[in-house]
Amino acid sequence: MEIFGVPLQAMMSQLLLGLVNGSFYAMLSLGLAVIFGLLNVINFAHGALYMLGAFFAWMGLTYFGLNYWEMLVLGPLAVGVFGVIIERTMLRWIYKLDHLYGLLLTFGITLMLEGAFRSAYGVSGQPYSVPDALAGATNVGFMFLPNYRAWVVLASLIVCFATWFVIEKTKIGSYLRAGTENPKLVEAFGINVPLMVTLTYGFGVALAGLAGVLAAPVIQVSPLMGSNLIIVVFAVVVIGGMGSIMGSIVTGLGLGVIEGLTKVFYPQASSTVVFIVMAIVLMIRPAGLFGRER
Amino acid sequence: MKTQLKKVTISIAAALGMLSGAAHAQISGDVVKIGFLTDLSGVYSDIDGQGGVEAIKMAIADFGGTVNGKKIELVTADHQNKADNAASRAREWFDQQGVDMLIGGTNSGVNLSMSKVAAEKKRPFISIGPGTARLTNEECTPYTIHYAYDTVALAKVTGSTVVKQGGKSWFFLTADYAFGTSLESDTSRVVKEQGGTVLGDVKHPLGASDFSSFLLQAQSSKAQILGLANAGGDTVNSIKAANEFGITKTMKLAGLLMFISDVHALTLNLTQGMYLTDSWYWDQNDESRKWARRYFDKMKKMPTSLHAADYSAALQYLNAVKATGTDDPDKIMAYLKSGTKLNDMYVKNGYVRADGSMIHDMYLMQVKQQSESKYPWDYYKVIQMIPGEQAFTTKAETKCSLWK
Repeated sequence: MEIFGVPLQAMMSQLLLGLVNGSFYAMLSLGLAVIFGLLNVINFAHGALYMLGAFFAWMGLTYFGLNYWEMLVLGPLAVGVFGVIIERTMLRWIYKLDHLYGLLLTFGITLMLEGAFRSAYGVSGQPYSVPDALAGATNVGFMFLPNYRAWVVLASLIVCFATWFVIEKTKIGSYLRAGTENPKLVEAFGINVPLMVTLTYGFGVALAGLAGVLAAPVIQVSPLMGSNLIIVVFAVVVIGGMGSIMGSIVTGLGLGVIEGLTKVFYPQASSTVVFIVMAIVLMIRPAGLFGRER
Repeated sequence: MKTQLKKVTISIAAALGMLSGAAHAQISGDVVKIGFLTDLSGVYSDIDGQGGVEAIKMAIADFGGTVNGKKIELVTADHQNKADNAASRAREWFDQQGVDMLIGGTNSGVNLSMSKVAAEKKRPFISIGPGTARLTNEECTPYTIHYAYDTVALAKVTGSTVVKQGGKSWFFLTADYAFGTSLESDTSRVVKEQGGTVLGDVKHPLGASDFSSFLLQAQSSKAQILGLANAGGDTVNSIKAANEFGITKTMKLAGLLMFISDVHALTLNLTQGMYLTDSWYWDQNDESRKWARRYFDKMKKMPTSLHAADYSAALQYLNAVKATGTDDPDKIMAYLKSGTKLNDMYVKNGYVRADGSMIHDMYLMQVKQQSESKYPWDYYKVIQMIPGEQAFTTKAETKCSLWK
């Protein structure tokens, strides 16, 4: 059976691979959406913190002998702590200013982080192998799917929906959402809003760190890995609607799949298709697919 | 009367002295100044970058810091992979700093723009790291020498030798920009000439984040050889994904442009058995090993072929200054293009052709199996040496007006 001249089997495998890439987009754009939704900061440092997560995984293994599973917990934690320091020392001074200041500040942080790693480790990148438990591939009928890629999809879906659940369906989440609408009133109820904001930023960037650790065995751990991805991830957030949690998850996965299909029919356009979708969406729904018009 | 005669004698002597002084002062500004513009911070900074600076310093040190009694100076700068940046820096160096010769590091576009400035200012320009064959073909100039390799040589060596080794059917994974597409078309022409077949290609965007779907398309072609017509991070990530998806079990990979730093970054585990073409390998003979150890002591990693070529280019330029007794650009170029044999730890009996190509032997390498590698950086075995005349553009193919 063929679809537009492409065998069904090939089509299915490309869709599945698109879903794998979509998982990364979803996890990264989710972090951005959480941070923008609750802090109103356009966190341009997200790509650099993703890179930091991958480097922490590599450093943990190389310098301290910590394996993949240990770093899967410690890596995001370390990136989160790093984020807390950034928020406490720098970001909190600019909340009252225009969005542009946050963007410039975090862009500056990106340049410094990437520059530091580039001068310390060069640009060729560091090798990181797939953990033994996930090595090999499974026959899923239409293709041999490397087990590690299946794990990426699973891990990302669990993390994304857990985050959505906490923010949209629990009491802590409701405090968070209320805190962004009217911080003074929420504080009057005895809730420490600044602490909440700090922890939210820490959590958002920890998601980037987690994506970085997950990516380490798939692509070369290199100082430039974040800047290759961050622009696409921003497009995903814009398409989903700035600050929309569910929007970023669904568009992340969806765009991964669209990108995968483009790779079959016209591979040259696979890096552009996301932006074409973005342009179309912005023309029809300026607030994004899941965004609320204000 | 006597005093007057004395005055005349003195003034004649002084005039003569000045004349002869003029004849000897053939080193402009009393210093031989070498400029080196390369990518010191971006994607190409591992294959050349700071290591290239050190390599040129080593060449100057081998001359004891002076040539014909004049001091040798080196100025370096980061071109940041921006052609306009490189052109304006080169212009400033030639006009205001008295740079006598420019060495160009990586990046084809940037080197083409430096080549134009050098031709305009009539100063020798030795281009090391770019792949584009245009430097010595359509856009050749009387002052540009292309030193280490070009896409034509890569295509000829990898294409013809791999087909002869039994790799008859090819599929290309190509970076979708000028460098990738010309590398692919050059190589597939050679493959077909040698009796091989090209079953297809897939063009990926530069800096793609994931290569798995392109590789599945390559796999379904059932070709024996997967030609990687890309570079740097794209090559590294395609090889990584090829291993993950088990493609290396059914196809042999041929990296059309790979450096030892790429193999080192990927480890032998992922690269063993791959074919690649290079102009030099640190472990090829005693001379290269000796130099590589010196370099290793400074940089803590082994040199790529570009680092060795940086050293060699500076050394050969200084040899030319020594032999001709001048840094006059036209005399230096005439000397280098007069069939002077170039010999050092990088090049054996090389020479500069009228079109500016430095003709030297190229090598098809195969990456060693993990079990064959005995010590750190023991990565390649030489499969075949291809003489320079066969590797580079031929007189029948050239479009360079200087070589017609």
